[in-house]
Amino acid sequence: MAAKTNTAQWTPAEVKEEMLRKYPPKVARKRAQSILINEALENSTPEIQANVRTIPGIITMRGCTYAGCKGVIMGPTRDIVNLVHGPIGCSFYAWLTRRNQTDAGETGENYMPYAFCTDMQDSDIIFGGEKKLKAAVQEVYDLFHPKGIAIFATCPVGLIGDDIHAVAREMKEKFGDCNVFAFSCEGYKGVSQSAGHHIANNQVFRHLVGTEQNVKPGEYKINLLGEYNIGGDGFEIDRIFKKCGITNIATFSGNSTYDQFGTAHLADLSCVMCHRSINYVADMLETKYGIPWIKVNFIGAEATAKSLRKIGQYFGDKALIERIEAVINEEMPAVAEALADIKPRTEGKTAMLFVGGSRAHHYMELFGELGMKTLSTGYEFGHRDDYEGRHVIPTLKVDADSRNIEEIEVEADPVAYKPRKTGEELKGLEEAGFEFKDYKGLIPDMEKGTLVIDDLNQYEAEKLVELIRPDIFCAGIKEKYSIQKLGIPMKQLHSYDYGGPYAGFRGAVNFYKEIDRLVNSRVWGYMKAPWQENPELSATYVWE
Amino acid sequence: MLLRHTPKEITERSAVVINPAKTCQPIGAMYAALGIHGCLPHSHGSQGCCAYHRSALTKHYKEPISAATSSFTEGASVFGGQANLLQAIENIFTVYEPEVIAVHTTCLSETIGDDIKQIRDKAQKSGTIPKGKHVIYCNTPSYVGSHVTGFSNMVKGMTEVSENTGRKNGKVNVIPGWVEPSDMEELKRLAALMNVPITLFPDTSGILNGPMSGEFKMFPEGGVTMRELKEAGDAVGTLALGEWCSADAARSLDTRCKVPCRVLDMPFGLMATDRFVDALRIIAGTSVPEEITRERGQLVDMISDTHQYYYKKKVALFGDPDQLISMTEFLLSVDMMPVHMVTGTPGNKFEKRIKELTAHLPCAVNVKAGGDMFLLHQWIKNEPVDLLMGNTYGKYIARDEDIPFLRWGFPILDRVGHQYFPTVGYKGGLRLLEKILGLLLDRKDRDDSETTFELTL
Repeated sequence: MAAKTNTAQWTPAEVKEEMLRKYPPKVARKRAQSILINEALENSTPEIQANVRTIPGIITMRGCTYAGCKGVIMGPTRDIVNLVHGPIGCSFYAWLTRRNQTDAGETGENYMPYAFCTDMQDSDIIFGGEKKLKAAVQEVYDLFHPKGIAIFATCPVGLIGDDIHAVAREMKEKFGDCNVFAFSCEGYKGVSQSAGHHIANNQVFRHLVGTEQNVKPGEYKINLLGEYNIGGDGFEIDRIFKKCGITNIATFSGNSTYDQFGTAHLADLSCVMCHRSINYVADMLETKYGIPWIKVNFIGAEATAKSLRKIGQYFGDKALIERIEAVINEEMPAVAEALADIKPRTEGKTAMLFVGGSRAHHYMELFGELGMKTLSTGYEFGHRDDYEGRHVIPTLKVDADSRNIEEIEVEADPVAYKPRKTGEELKGLEEAGFEFKDYKGLIPDMEKGTLVIDDLNQYEAEKLVELIRPDIFCAGIKEKYSIQKLGIPMKQLHSYDYGGPYAGFRGAVNFYKEIDRLVNSRVWGYMKAPWQENPELSATYVWE
Repeated sequence: MLLRHTPKEITERSAVVINPAKTCQPIGAMYAALGIHGCLPHSHGSQGCCAYHRSALTKHYKEPISAATSSFTEGASVFGGQANLLQAIENIFTVYEPEVIAVHTTCLSETIGDDIKQIRDKAQKSGTIPKGKHVIYCNTPSYVGSHVTGFSNMVKGMTEVSENTGRKNGKVNVIPGWVEPSDMEELKRLAALMNVPITLFPDTSGILNGPMSGEFKMFPEGGVTMRELKEAGDAVGTLALGEWCSADAARSLDTRCKVPCRVLDMPFGLMATDRFVDALRIIAGTSVPEEITRERGQLVDMISDTHQYYYKKKVALFGDPDQLISMTEFLLSVDMMPVHMVTGTPGNKFEKRIKELTAHLPCAVNVKAGGDMFLLHQWIKNEPVDLLMGNTYGKYIARDEDIPFLRWGFPILDRVGHQYFPTVGYKGGLRLLEKILGLLLDRKDRDDSETTFELTL
């Protein structure tokens, strides 16, 4: 099939105008600030509006705080029972729907295939649900004796004033051998899933990190933060770590366990994948225990190699650095071979990515490796630092919605704080160009004149696709079929359309193949029936 | 083992639900509202509810599900969601231009007590609702009933626009209940074969099984129109299929517009379809055409041809009350033995009906309304079955216990077909039996020794 050429007829300014044209004036004014025509100059990025309220009635991609807390951060932990306190729905919808793969081994604990809920009834709403919650925690304990029980609040819980934290404390004390802790992650808090990430980070740090001292043996101990093992991404990254001799103490939180969280303070470096969802834990691990953090990205073969080298450089051990180079040399030929086959069919094609709070940025790498250009991108629940870089953090305004999300104060632990590097070592690394605690955001990687759009909604997505017609559009399940009806392949980058892994070297190859399949599928050519292509009847058969 | 922590021994639980066999009201209201032509469902609550419902429905239908939300913030939760809903109504009519917005509530807006009728009336008075456009609503507190209750509430909400002009229009209202678009199409086909003019509501056919044409229509052709809903008050009668899903709406039409109603079981299987066709014939005063009698005969023929494979096979089922009642009857009619039945939806009437239907079985039958799949799994561990029927979540039990599994119900997240091929009516009965038979014989072929492996079955 001949490659479809995309000649964008519309200038970015016209596209933006077109997207805003139909809105009521107030909506148009607000949305205009979230639609940025990228005119990045060196060392300065333009400002975008992000992490602000969704406009009622505008069909958003966003979810809620509960989804960010229970669904994203705590969901993938396999040996903690996640008990949802609320009416049944929230528990039902977060039940096995995020594709976090787990491996419990032969005898291990794995509660992932279960949903636990207090199933609040009207009497609980009227008279309070604490009694039922207590009974539910007791029943869970009696049935399973898990290491931990996590309680999650849904909307009505905060409104009726159930003190879930008091229940957790009481039950934890009662059991003695089961850690019970709670998350006030009511769906109405914050403006998106992002608030839920923050709430989860706080409680994981408060109740789990530092509770265990038996650290996994091994060299070059790291934590992998913000990797959720969707489609087995975390397994592929772990495979590479193992090959390199790097010991992953704790993944936050793909296929994670209670003990992993408990010993995370004993690692020597935190590697942050998804900056948006987990940077709070990275900061707190550094402040309290002295573990430095770096931004990594294992989405993309080149990005994987770069991230591994960064880890090698941090530890500065010749044996490790050599082993990492050997692994890269061993893994890259398969990547190159796949690209040599596929790239001629994807080169020059175009993509749009609207997903998550870091994924939209990470996946630009893979499209880049395929020779595809990202025409427009944005996050669903990102903050300005995810777009513009962490240097804007001190200037971020605290508004009514962010003020209500707890910021926990962490100090250096008088006993456990241990600087991993001397001041001199750190200085040396920094002078060699090593960047700690830094993330430059998505905008610097976008070409001039491209559109960066925060909290893209259904109407704007449709306009973008109609006007620019990219070769592929990436978002989530809710967006998938409205885009595909327009005849444009749509790749889900939350659930991976049930494929993957896409991380690491093998994941990159999987992704190349998948994009090749999507953009070159014959199905997009079947939209019109022959009689629609040529409606005029020029001749008729003569039947005998 | 996937469900490795489920013990065989059953202990009493009063507080924790494990692996629910239900979800919450609002998703049912959203599904029902999608069966109105030109309708945008609207979720009055946090945006997460709407996101979850849209995701679940999208995965089930592999179709775009458009719906909006009031996107409550903490402020709205404290001060009430009126401003959010008014703003949403204005934005929706301006940007998406639907004919009607169908608002349902959530546990959040119900707990704080937002008065949707008052907000709607205010929007009407202030002109926020354009002339000729509509906002309908229903209350769907998630802490009462289940997704089935929400569906029923929205269907009842639809009848609020019905008017009795005093002139009967000769049409029959058919309320199909929570069935698939393919089922709704099938019901319309049967009525058309009988020459009975019907108003089917809700009607998601054409909306949730749409074609790919290079065009995205937020409001596809299909669905019951607001005009038809208005005229439903002049119908000669209403057939409500399913006590849980459809009876409230039918009774409301009876009370408000004096349209007499009959509540029937959902037409799954031979007998329930017989009753539906017979009732429709009588209410419309018409005769049943030969074509339908022939379809019925084909179903009876298939039952007799393959009866040996169903005979005394034990089945476990989970799902929604109306569907389970008819399916239990159907399985019994082919001499299968439904022995474990669970619905998450509360209601003692369900247990009573199932007990009546299965009274003649020579074995113990477990049935529970307000139960969960954890309990169902424990029952299966204690009394194994030959077949499991239910939504996709059943695959975890089926794999662990090595039981043939028929996906039927909501949601089906890992197979297609329910959008296109009905399971109601005689044709639907044929399809169900074909699927059941396929599963049982595939299992037999897998398990037979080389010696007993058969060519012809």
